Amino acid sequence: MTVPSSSVRGAQQPDISAAMRETTAKLLGVAAGVAVVGILIGFYVSGWLVGDTRPYRPAATAGATPSVNLTLQTVAAVGPTLAPHADWVSYLVLEHGRWTRSTIYTLPAHALVHVTIYNFDGASGLRNPFLGQPQGLVGPLRFDGKVVHALPPDQPSHTFAVPELGVLVPIAPVSDAGENSPKACGYAPCALSMSHRTITFTFRTGKPGRYRWQCFVPCAAGFVDGFGGPMQTVGYMDGFLNVV
Amino acid sequence: MRDAPHGKRFLITFAVLSVIATPLVAIFVGREFPPGNATAQAHEQVFDNSWLVAIMTPPAVFVLVFLAYVLTAFRNRTGDLVDGPPVRGDARIQTWWMVVTGAIVLFLAGFGSYELVQSGSGGGQGPTAAFEPAGYTKAMDVQVIAQQWEFTYRYPTYGGVEVPHLVLPANTLVRLHVTSLDAIHSFWAYQLGVKADANPGSDNIAYVQTKGPLTFDIHCAELCGLWHGYMFDTGQVVDARAFASWIKRQRSYFAPVNRYLPAYATTYLPDPQRRAG
Repeated sequence: MTVPSSSVRGAQQPDISAAMRETTAKLLGVAAGVAVVGILIGFYVSGWLVGDTRPYRPAATAGATPSVNLTLQTVAAVGPTLAPHADWVSYLVLEHGRWTRSTIYTLPAHALVHVTIYNFDGASGLRNPFLGQPQGLVGPLRFDGKVVHALPPDQPSHTFAVPELGVLVPIAPVSDAGENSPKACGYAPCALSMSHRTITFTFRTGKPGRYRWQCFVPCAAGFVDGFGGPMQTVGYMDGFLNVV
Repeated sequence: MRDAPHGKRFLITFAVLSVIATPLVAIFVGREFPPGNATAQAHEQVFDNSWLVAIMTPPAVFVLVFLAYVLTAFRNRTGDLVDGPPVRGDARIQTWWMVVTGAIVLFLAGFGSYELVQSGSGGGQGPTAAFEPAGYTKAMDVQVIAQQWEFTYRYPTYGGVEVPHLVLPANTLVRLHVTSLDAIHSFWAYQLGVKADANPGSDNIAYVQTKGPLTFDIHCAELCGLWHGYMFDTGQVVDARAFASWIKRQRSYFAPVNRYLPAYATTYLPDPQRRAG
């Protein structure tokens, strides 16, 4: 059974080398394939997470405490001209006089952000009534100029919430009469001549960072628990505040 | 080579190194294990981890010594590619192997069960906690409410006030009631040594015995949607006077919304309000 070592070396080593080279080449090929597929999946997932929205940077006023104005609208259906999902509920931002669909806002650090939201949507209601009280604001929350301290849980259309900054704003709905009137807005962008509520408030951005913001109202009609689709996709009811 | 007393040499080396390494690992490595000593439950987990790593040390030494020994004693000195003699079964070694590993596994099962019975070890125990710590009838109830994507907290003994951040009094046994309003989440307060699933319609009870003042991290430990990675919070354990002052301020601040909160219950199944299905 014992084979002389010299004959074993001489006969088998070239074959072993060739086999190892072939195996190595196969392994490298598989690793490269896996890496390419992984990168493509990464691009797909990141693209899905941030959607096709691009950051909007409002102009800041100089001073000891910089401030910016952010004007948004919330709509029940974003419409075919602004998004691939025409029936999805969405936020829009007023950018140089035009309504665009972006939910990523670049804001200066330690700045006051004066927000105006025109809401063209009806009531959806909160799952947790606690989220009906405004929190973390500088000054009061106003609906059509009137100071509000809390909304009943069946009222909010949406919220604008930045949990890491402690900011929470419930958004008052268009009345039932307004929703059913000829002036109700079907698809965005909605003109201010249509039925809407005006929500105004101010918050402070704090230190530089990337803060997510979201809506807490389960307002995604047609999705499980009202929390799929636009609630799980950046560019509709979720986004980031890039504080720089 | 075949006549050398390899078995005896190996066993002596293994025994000496195990006797030296095991107490060193238990004393100096075990105490550095997570999650720290900030609460009684966290301390118990450090104790458990110290024991586990101590028990794990001899098998680890066994494997490492065996590897080093065979690499040294049985290395191929001539460069031959010839197979060595075949390995045959040895009934004595196999018997000892099964006895020792079986004993280790049974001991760990008993040890783990005993530790769990002590206080629940900070884990969620469902709506009827099987393992109650001493003095549980006087525990302070705090409810953890998970929702996509934030934790909020209710204090039933303080008017049912709900708050966005968790604050606990020091040196207090707390009974956490963990629930969810939508998807499945998991409440993980790392430094407290508490981890409990948050399921809709379920009251998951976990106990924690706080010690001194502490700042601790809270994370959701169950993939729950788009902002799961952002579902974190910072909690605090403060002394009794600071807690009394804090809860008073919260009751005042959240008075406007408190009248809209449902009566305190161990679970909530909120109706979809208008649109959501």
